[in-house]
Amino acid sequence: MTSTIEGRPGAGGATTAPAPGTTPGGRPSDASRPARRGRSPWIDFAGRRALGLVGTFAALVVLSFLIVQLIPGDPAVALAGADASVDEIEALRVSLGLDQPIWTQFANYLVQLAQGDLGTSFQYRQPVSTIIANRLPFTATIALIGIAVVLIVAVPLGMWVGVQTRGGRKRWLDTAFGAVTGLLDSIPGYIMATILVVLFALGVGLLPLFPPAYNARAGAVAYVLPIAALVIGPICTISRVVRRETAVVLENDYVRTARGWRLTPVALHLKYVLPNLLTTTLTLSGLILSGMLGGALIIESVFALPGLGTGIIKAILDRDFPVIQGMVLVLGMIAALVNLLVDVVLGLIDSRTLGGRND
Amino acid sequence: MTDTLTPTTAGGAVPVAPVAAPPRRFHWTPGLVTGLALLSLVVLIGVVAPFLLQDQADALGERAASPSAEHWLGTDQSGHDMLARSLVATRLTLLMTIGATALAVVVGVVAGTTVWLLPRRGRELCLRVIDTMVAFPGLLLALVVAAILGAGALPAVVAIGVAGVPTFARLTANLAAQVSQRDFVSTARLLGVSDRRIVSDHMLPNMAEPLLVLAASTFAQSLTAISALSFVGLGVQSPQYDFGKLLNDALPSLLAGRPEQSVGPAVLIVVTGLASMLVGDGLAAAADPRSGRRNASAALRTAGTSLHPDVDAMVRVENLVVGTTAGKPLVKGISFSIARGEIVGIVGESGSGKSVTAMSVARLLADGLEASAATMRLDDLDLLRPVDPTVMAQTVSLVYQDPGSTFNPALRLGTQLTEVLRSHRGKSRAEARSIVLDALRRVHLTMPEKRLGQHPHELSGGMRQRAMIAAALTTDPKLIIADEPTTALDVTVQAEILRELKRLNRETGTAIMFISHDIGVVRELCDRVLVMNSGEIVEEIDADRLDVATAVHPYTRALLAATPSLTERVGDLPVVDWRAEAARAEEARVAPATSVTTPKES
Repeated sequence: MTSTIEGRPGAGGATTAPAPGTTPGGRPSDASRPARRGRSPWIDFAGRRALGLVGTFAALVVLSFLIVQLIPGDPAVALAGADASVDEIEALRVSLGLDQPIWTQFANYLVQLAQGDLGTSFQYRQPVSTIIANRLPFTATIALIGIAVVLIVAVPLGMWVGVQTRGGRKRWLDTAFGAVTGLLDSIPGYIMATILVVLFALGVGLLPLFPPAYNARAGAVAYVLPIAALVIGPICTISRVVRRETAVVLENDYVRTARGWRLTPVALHLKYVLPNLLTTTLTLSGLILSGMLGGALIIESVFALPGLGTGIIKAILDRDFPVIQGMVLVLGMIAALVNLLVDVVLGLIDSRTLGGRND
Repeated sequence: MTDTLTPTTAGGAVPVAPVAAPPRRFHWTPGLVTGLALLSLVVLIGVVAPFLLQDQADALGERAASPSAEHWLGTDQSGHDMLARSLVATRLTLLMTIGATALAVVVGVVAGTTVWLLPRRGRELCLRVIDTMVAFPGLLLALVVAAILGAGALPAVVAIGVAGVPTFARLTANLAAQVSQRDFVSTARLLGVSDRRIVSDHMLPNMAEPLLVLAASTFAQSLTAISALSFVGLGVQSPQYDFGKLLNDALPSLLAGRPEQSVGPAVLIVVTGLASMLVGDGLAAAADPRSGRRNASAALRTAGTSLHPDVDAMVRVENLVVGTTAGKPLVKGISFSIARGEIVGIVGESGSGKSVTAMSVARLLADGLEASAATMRLDDLDLLRPVDPTVMAQTVSLVYQDPGSTFNPALRLGTQLTEVLRSHRGKSRAEARSIVLDALRRVHLTMPEKRLGQHPHELSGGMRQRAMIAAALTTDPKLIIADEPTTALDVTVQAEILRELKRLNRETGTAIMFISHDIGVVRELCDRVLVMNSGEIVEEIDADRLDVATAVHPYTRALLAATPSLTERVGDLPVVDWRAEAARAEEARVAPATSVTTPKES
């Protein structure tokens, strides 16, 4: 009777879901599998994750292909625009291959992708790959620097607050931290961007230090406000997670053991608290970090950054489908790589997290 | 699932599904109250504003006016009053958000439960797909849907709703897996209730609470995400407007240096988002029985005066009082000493204050406890004054109860075992390693070199405890405090560990403070025994005189009498009412009562 419910739907797949051997707080459960068999767990991990990336790529290819197929009504009519003649519509249908059976279209799409060809933009008559290559650096810069900034700020901040408030000490700090991060957390990135523009670009109440919109001459300074707008929310979210996890880890017996060894507070917290903390934090924050990619896409609009975000939004408004398809592929792969990066860092901290999730 | 029984009979025979958790009082946290109040206000605005302010919002006045008495938030480029427009936009924004949240909840819950009902392989495949989608940024998924359906209000609702589905499906599947393990679901299955009825009657009610919490936070996220789509121009199109659209219209003014136009929609988005987040957090906190716990820090201070100095003792404690900072006494003024090389056992039931006593000596009191004493010395160290951690680390070593949790699971044993030597003795990695290897051999741990490279979970409980004792030995401490070191181990391992401690005590002359609730173990190992009860030492006795005949205090005799030996049948063990006896002894004073009451055994 129970055989049908024995399977573990709780175990994660190729994502940042918690490994079954790790319970919150980094305590090992008895189910944790020692990585024996004489070879490095990294080999299994690399193989499994490479397969996962291939699977994600395949799913993205299908998804991006379906974008055109799923357009309600006749895709050719929708693509040609409202004022197109019947002849124009038919010409477009033939040139895009929409008159062919769906499997032929998919096969053609695959062949085209295999040749490294993402198609040509309807709007700009330019290869999609060129458009993406021009825009990718902007998005990658703010998203990756943003992720790094979030981790560098949020982990020490949350840990400091967690240590200061452990066991109910300094309740005022706990309350203030909760209130400030809660408030900042509820401000979406694009509104934070607006606020930052008012404060630091228009100089209302403060100095106009940064340009309100991107221009190539401003150089690195132009990235400061977009990155700041992107990171403030996630810093609040993750530092709250870190603060809570610090409290959990500090309750653990092994911290008492380390206290019994009379380590200095710095050594105790960095060596015996931080690694356990990072495991849970990164597991819980993986989604937030890869979600920052989405935030970056929107924030680009405020600052008129010519990145993938403004690109895909413009392409959707222009119904420039080759560009949309190409960008969905590229953005999806970036998200998958960010997830992989998080899991690699997790593995470096605690090799138990490398263990198979569903096998 | 068999459907031989009709649903009605099956349903009638099934035990009532218990609620998800024991009943508890609902916590009205300030955050939850604030959140509900703000949310009610926003909903009220959404209902009322279009009736009262629609004309004002549509009226055209001076273009791009600054805030004035007439237009509190100024006007937009067309001359619309921004305050009226922001308030009127509340209804459309709320309706779209509710629509997207409802879509995410309904489709997510249906998908999650359906996945759970699939056969095993199909279920695992679906869960992998859902996992991949959860890891995919929701906004990207929303953009894909927007690309298919085009820009507009309804596409935006569908896009954001679809983006929220994977998270809901995942949580539902996780909860279904948990709930399905409970007894009442198994019972229902045994009784042949159909899967659909199990889900609707037994599982969903038990998953309602976490799903409600997630729905509240999904509402907050949907609000900002829908506004984001409208903000970048993919959502609501003119002449309709929601918060995001108003913000989008205000962007040119903002970059031109007139931020007033953004204030209305920005504030309303933040307030509504904050309100729904407070409600979500408040509901989650209300569902967490641990919330609201508070305690305070540990402290140690001097009290009273020293009575009888005993210069030879290694450990000397006089009038030790430990209590919680709230004032609950745990140890009520005890005095004891431990001689050099002596093994002193402290026995007593749980809560008798034995561990707290030991931790006071080790200066490792838990947060929220406070200790004071007239004297507390460890050799030449005054434990009532600040002691250099380096000295402390080399004077006292500790062995704890549960070897499963005393080592940090994330670090290799070598790192942890060499910690004291490297940080307090300034040993190099190699020196520390060789000392630890030596100690590991002394406690007869197999393959010591290999162990250093392993993580704690790769060792058995007995091996970990040997490693812990080895770590305790590396600094040649004057005192080892062993707090129930064998309680978590099985009997044969327990005996080996005890033999090890005894041998090390004989070889190194280290004093041991051995805490246990097992009087038999203590009698075997220790030289002298302190019997503790309710925070007091009720008897101090040499271990070899520790038997029912010589023990004076009724509690000691009760403990002894309750210790099974191989020659007794378990049913013969007496349950001793020592308290009544102690009371009678107190009355009689001169002639202590000797009767041991043996109530009828069941």
